[in-house]
Amino acid sequence: MNERELRLKSIEYRKTILTIIHHANAGHTGGSLSCVDILNVLYNHVMNISPQNFDDPNRDRYVQSKGHAVEALYTVLADKGFYSPAELKTLNRYQSHFIGHPTRKVPGVEQNTGALGHGLSVAVGMALAGKLDGRRYRVYTLLGDGELTEGSSWEASMTAAHYKLDNLIVIIDRNGLQITGPTEQVVALESLKDKFEAFGYAVRSCNGNDVGDLLRTLEQVPFEPGKPNLILANTVKGKGVSFIENQIGWHHKVPTAEELARALAELEQAQAELEKVMA
Amino acid sequence: MELGRPNLEEFAATLLELAHRDRNVLVLTSDSRGSGKLVPFASALPDQIIEVGIAEQNLVGIAAGLASAGKKVFAVSPACFLTARAFEQIKNDVAYSDRPVKLIGISAGVSYGALGSTHHSLHDFAALRAVNNLDILAPADNFETREAIRAAYHHPRPIYIRFGKQPMPHVHTPDTRFEVGRAITLRSGTDVTFIATGETVPRAVQACDVLAERGISAGTISMHTIKPLDEEALLIAAQTSRALITVEEHSVYGGLGEACAAALMQRGVFKPLRIVGIPDEYTVTGSQAEIFAHYGITPEGLAITAQKLLAVESVR
Repeated sequence: MNERELRLKSIEYRKTILTIIHHANAGHTGGSLSCVDILNVLYNHVMNISPQNFDDPNRDRYVQSKGHAVEALYTVLADKGFYSPAELKTLNRYQSHFIGHPTRKVPGVEQNTGALGHGLSVAVGMALAGKLDGRRYRVYTLLGDGELTEGSSWEASMTAAHYKLDNLIVIIDRNGLQITGPTEQVVALESLKDKFEAFGYAVRSCNGNDVGDLLRTLEQVPFEPGKPNLILANTVKGKGVSFIENQIGWHHKVPTAEELARALAELEQAQAELEKVMA
Repeated sequence: MELGRPNLEEFAATLLELAHRDRNVLVLTSDSRGSGKLVPFASALPDQIIEVGIAEQNLVGIAAGLASAGKKVFAVSPACFLTARAFEQIKNDVAYSDRPVKLIGISAGVSYGALGSTHHSLHDFAALRAVNNLDILAPADNFETREAIRAAYHHPRPIYIRFGKQPMPHVHTPDTRFEVGRAITLRSGTDVTFIATGETVPRAVQACDVLAERGISAGTISMHTIKPLDEEALLIAAQTSRALITVEEHSVYGGLGEACAAALMQRGVFKPLRIVGIPDEYTVTGSQAEIFAHYGITPEGLAITAQKLLAVESVR
């Protein structure tokens, strides 16, 4: 999929995310919209993961440590054909497997997550297994910036560097906001670049809402042989909808019918403009 | 009973055997290879031991990731840290995610004795029993330890095994069969049956001898699997003896005793019962043997508990 097709895809995904959250009357709107471009590029251009190869030991792996942004993941997996998009309507419903955090009961989900600070250690284990078995797969994991105060992420980072896991790609969805407020006001994280470099990563920054920038950054992996890769993906929480962007209240606010209509109208306008440019 | 070696050493030797035969067997340690008697393993099979440093959460998370790729992972750490510090990783990354990791809690219970409560695991049965999709074992002697580790190798589900570090007497005969979830009846008694687990089992067996000398018929069951509990063996003991005493190196809350009490009562079986374990108090300072003696987990202490229970029962 080329860059323009990916941009259109991101808009489609945003529409689906907002629609299913509205339908379920629950979900993590802001975080799903901030990370969906990253998932889009990974699943549609970078990773070799599909319903056909999901049992193949050589497939790439994706672990979503920020499990709460599950609506983005479920949307992308439906589009990849892991299940029918109609199943997204069961989100959070009685006896549905489509619950509020990723579970392996949903086809295509690699690891159950939801409690923060867990994904990176599991991804390290997967990457280590790849090295031990001489397999060439890569392991991608997406972390929220807010979850970086969990100490376990730093335990895992030390191990990743120690075992020279250059087959591990850690992506930070750096949207700068967490449920209480800006990350730098809650407990300051910066300088993340310095911290991750000190922990042994090869670090790159990019615009995590720009599919072109994401593509070019991910194409450079491994950034340095023998070092785990880390991408600081600078994003906007709630990206793509003017009245949701950068609003703390939208961490897990659900759009009303009226808000959904306004959001979809904005996204459709963006879609039309993009199609015009492409034509 | 002839004295064997520490279950810890039996574990390490069994693991080395398994790992020699299967390259997919991996041992993960959190700076715990020395305390886990795994230095010979590290010398023999350096590519099959992975060190993560003093980081138990990371230990369990990495183990889950390795297991997802088909590795047979034994995550080894002192039981106190493994099951408390990494509890959420056990619950989510292993049990909930259904990764068949083998969690090995070494120097369990009060094995660390005078090192104090930070190093005791008197909570692990209680905490882990409430986690879905995790089997819990506490082998008594070298035989049970060897068989539990071999069973863990083949086990399709997450499993937790805990044991201590003192030399243990052999409580089993060579023809004994071991199966996860199936208790082993060591001796039958018509007056009282001890339902014991882990390193308390030999003391219960010796208590049977003490009671026999006093004209009381006592039996012992080794309930090596705490979950799933062998309710059938429990019911047979309740049918064949007048009273039951559970014995465990664990808090009296939430462990083997309460599991047995709940199982019996919910089946409408009402028997005189005592739960012997570590009471809910600031644990006394001492070696494992001294702590056991302080709380009556000795042949004489258990015999007295049995006699008192039977006396109460005969008055009724």
